[in-house]
Amino acid sequence: MVLERSRTGVIPTQESMPDATAAGPSPEPAPDPSGSVSVALAQFYPRLGDVAANIAAHLTVIATAAASGAGLVVFPELSLTGYFLKDQVPEVALRIDAPEIHALQDASRDGDIDIVAGLILESDAHRFYNASLYISGGEVVHVHRKVYLPTYGLFDEQRYLAAGDRFRAFDAPLGNRTEHRWRAGILICEDLWHPTSAGLLARQGVDLIICPSASPGRGLLQGDAVGTASSYDVMTRTYAQLFTTYVLYCNRSGFEDGVGFWGGSRVVDPAGIVVAEVRGAQESVLFHSLERSAIRRARVAYPLLRDERNDVNDAETDRLRRRYTRG
Amino acid sequence: MSTTPRPIDSDAATLAVDAAFVIERLRGFIADGVRKVGFDRVIVGLSGGVDSSLVTALAVSSLGAENVVAVFMPYRSSDPQSQIDALAVCDSLGISAKVIDITPQVDAYFDGFPDADRTRRGNKMARERMSILYDHSMAERALVLGTSNKTELLLGYGTLFGDMASALNPIGDLYKTQVYALARALELPHSVLTKPPSADLWVGQSDEDELGMRYAVVDHVLHLLVDERRSRAEVIALGFDVGDVDSVVARVRGSQYKRRPPVIAKLSNRTIDREFRYPRDWGR
Repeated sequence: MVLERSRTGVIPTQESMPDATAAGPSPEPAPDPSGSVSVALAQFYPRLGDVAANIAAHLTVIATAAASGAGLVVFPELSLTGYFLKDQVPEVALRIDAPEIHALQDASRDGDIDIVAGLILESDAHRFYNASLYISGGEVVHVHRKVYLPTYGLFDEQRYLAAGDRFRAFDAPLGNRTEHRWRAGILICEDLWHPTSAGLLARQGVDLIICPSASPGRGLLQGDAVGTASSYDVMTRTYAQLFTTYVLYCNRSGFEDGVGFWGGSRVVDPAGIVVAEVRGAQESVLFHSLERSAIRRARVAYPLLRDERNDVNDAETDRLRRRYTRG
Repeated sequence: MSTTPRPIDSDAATLAVDAAFVIERLRGFIADGVRKVGFDRVIVGLSGGVDSSLVTALAVSSLGAENVVAVFMPYRSSDPQSQIDALAVCDSLGISAKVIDITPQVDAYFDGFPDADRTRRGNKMARERMSILYDHSMAERALVLGTSNKTELLLGYGTLFGDMASALNPIGDLYKTQVYALARALELPHSVLTKPPSADLWVGQSDEDELGMRYAVVDHVLHLLVDERRSRAEVIALGFDVGDVDSVVARVRGSQYKRRPPVIAKLSNRTIDREFRYPRDWGR
């Protein structure tokens, strides 16, 4: 199938698309006592360096996801700007009070849907961060600034960007579809390649790790998928299982300067099972219903978080820090 | 530590590609690259060799036969088999080739330089062909597809501003042996898959004679040096001939200029491509 460059024509995947006529647009969905909430992963193809066009396309996807009853729609890393920006970084950067972000805030309130979107965020000190925002009920409730900026191979992020310095969990309302309190954390692409990132979120009690990504496909010598896809397959399943948490991996679609992004967005459940996945790199929106009961079942079967020895970890980390501090 | 030399030709696994997967990827690459710059069509210089035949087949698969213009540009000394093969490729893909004989202009030019050697003549032919392709690119509103593979590009085995020129190159990251794997998967005509590779710039020219090595060896050495970043000594320890390895290393280094844009004298604070860095797909 040819990868069509569809800006607005978002194709829900067959197996996971809810029955839109049955669900219907619901301005104020009742909290679900069973503790399930539908989420949408938008495997999206941004136009490189064209924030206005990308905002418009985001609003279309958000409306589609909201009409399908999703409590959260996730966009990939740098979804408002595209990835290989180079010198465009300061030109496409937004401050946190930018009208473009207000447009997303309005969409979250109007559609009663939470939004994770990626952008270049400019600080008061004019530093530029690769950031993802969690927007809910008209407010930006969490900002994650990418900590690990890859600068090797085809990546050059540290040339253009400042690094974030924290991994923080937050309460994710998920469109207030359930009465449960869901804790979430965001890891952007390369953040996932450092297991301490996921470990720090797990220690803060997350129920879901949201991973917006702009992963370029490379390595054609390893079977019927790009090599990068098998790396992310291992990481997403491993973190989900070891930290008994949902992992929402949202990669992007399309090409930039001949580099193709491989898609493969997926939901991995807290048992480490891939429960929904886009097969391929085409633009699409993947829907899946997160279940509180799946988290409970996984933690009953594998009480790994209960048994985690943070005291041992802290003591050993302190010992190593003292050793390195002394030189 | 000594290493037992391994049988080189039988160890093809490192260059193996999943043809169906790569073809799908390249179809997407072509469609995206063409449409995002406002084109619907492409133009390919089709020689009847495996590289340009594969690119033509990929383009037809990606954009449809009606959106692919193939141009066959023979010189009077071209092997007649080249035209037979080029037309067979077109037949199998359901497209027709424009045939443009470059003999008149090439001969007219060299009438003024009768002592020019065959390398100069071959380069002129390659540039004449690319000049024609870019003229027809404008006339047909069709983007020029490149047909240089990774082996040729790394060895510098091509003519600068001739066959190395293009707007989009779908096969520039595939070694020659991988090009053959894709061509077999797309079931290109038998003769294209089996004849000895040649630029056909003069009678009896052969890639492997000129390189002094078989592609099976060159590709393997390049893969080790470039993709796996093995050292010269490591490659030799794997059983490859010292002369072959040194020849490959020298060719790659010596042809680096062919793979880079022209050097600009740095004067300002923001020199093009040094500090002025924008993606080609700027705003696309």
